[in-house]
Amino acid sequence: MSCSRRDFLKNTFKTSLATALPLSAFKMLSPAEVKAYTGDPATRWVFLVDTQKCVGCGLCVKACKLENEVPYDPPVTRTWVERYVILKNGQTHIETPLGGNALIESPFGGRDGYIDSKIDGKNIPPDQIAKGFFVPKLCNQCDKPACVQVCPVGATYRTLDGVVLVDRKWCIGCGYCIMACPYGMRFFHPVYKVAEKCTFCYHRITKGMKTACVQACPFEARQIGNLKDPNDPVTKIIMNERVSVLKDEYGTKPQVYYIGLDTNVR
Amino acid sequence: MKNHVLRPLWVVLAGIALLLIVRHFMVPKDFGVEEGGNFTYNYHRLASTDDWKEFKVKYRGLEYCRECHEENVESILASPHAIIQCENCHGPAIDHPDDPEVLVIDTSRAQCLRCHTYLPYPTSQRSELPGINPQEHNPGEECVDCHNPHNPDLENM
Repeated sequence: MSCSRRDFLKNTFKTSLATALPLSAFKMLSPAEVKAYTGDPATRWVFLVDTQKCVGCGLCVKACKLENEVPYDPPVTRTWVERYVILKNGQTHIETPLGGNALIESPFGGRDGYIDSKIDGKNIPPDQIAKGFFVPKLCNQCDKPACVQVCPVGATYRTLDGVVLVDRKWCIGCGYCIMACPYGMRFFHPVYKVAEKCTFCYHRITKGMKTACVQACPFEARQIGNLKDPNDPVTKIIMNERVSVLKDEYGTKPQVYYIGLDTNVR
Repeated sequence: MKNHVLRPLWVVLAGIALLLIVRHFMVPKDFGVEEGGNFTYNYHRLASTDDWKEFKVKYRGLEYCRECHEENVESILASPHAIIQCENCHGPAIDHPDDPEVLVIDTSRAQCLRCHTYLPYPTSQRSELPGINPQEHNPGEECVDCHNPHNPDLENM
């Protein structure tokens, strides 16, 4: 049998191509299987905050703390409400648990509501106020969570329905995720000694209930919904109305949408 | 090959073997990704998701309260306070009436002031709520001494 150099090279090339092709390439997948492989479940939990409706009562923060066994008095909380007062001379008064013009008299993330018109102990004449409003904040359950990427032990992860959770049995408490979150949503749990964060009340939403904060809010300033369900009222608002997210520039694809954000809100 | 070359090699191989053995016993069997998940964000101990699902629900909601306290639920639903959940003032039901047997009602002035301190904020719904100045409106008194939270209408005081 004769074999020219050219034929030999040709055949070698063909054979190597054929062997490199796995059998699975010839398998026909049903659309359902493709959907499962590409990670496209029927649920994607999202949150909608209407800052126009929030009155700063803080009942959401209280409910969250009691529902999720977050220590009540230490300055840690999964969600909080910020008060913004912007004066006509351009000066800004911001109360947050994490800084700004932090008001020592009303700490704990607005847990006890805003029951005093004084800010930083100062009386502010109403005629000087240009804007005053409240902004509830909670974990953004990002599509590309920075906190998950930095975990060295795989103790934090995003579920398929889009909620970022912490495995309390596996977390070593190194605190990388607390540093990585651009929103400062994570903190160190003083009792369990692990990283702690908002779970969108995973134990409630998976039973068909609303989160504790959504249920506690009398003004429907907070809403939770399923982005994959086109008939969900929250989805309809996110798709059809003007909403924005916090710190879009970090590229983490946050999934807490806001109505009526101001440029002073960071 | 010379012995002095092989010896450190065995040490390295033994180290790797030891690491794999330790890893085999230390890492939980169900570590991995769910079907459709990816290793970037979904790699975890799979049982952890169930741990979170089994977390205890404490705020049971109005329908749970209605099972026994129909009258009180109806009275609040007929009032402007209908939007307020029972447990916001009565505290989380948890397993009431078994545990806790009695719920402690928050009747404090501070509880009412959460919404009813008047704040002059033109761009917030807060300024549209009926509000008082707590320094001028009967300071030191409890609101519930005069106002009924289940029927806060001022004409029925």
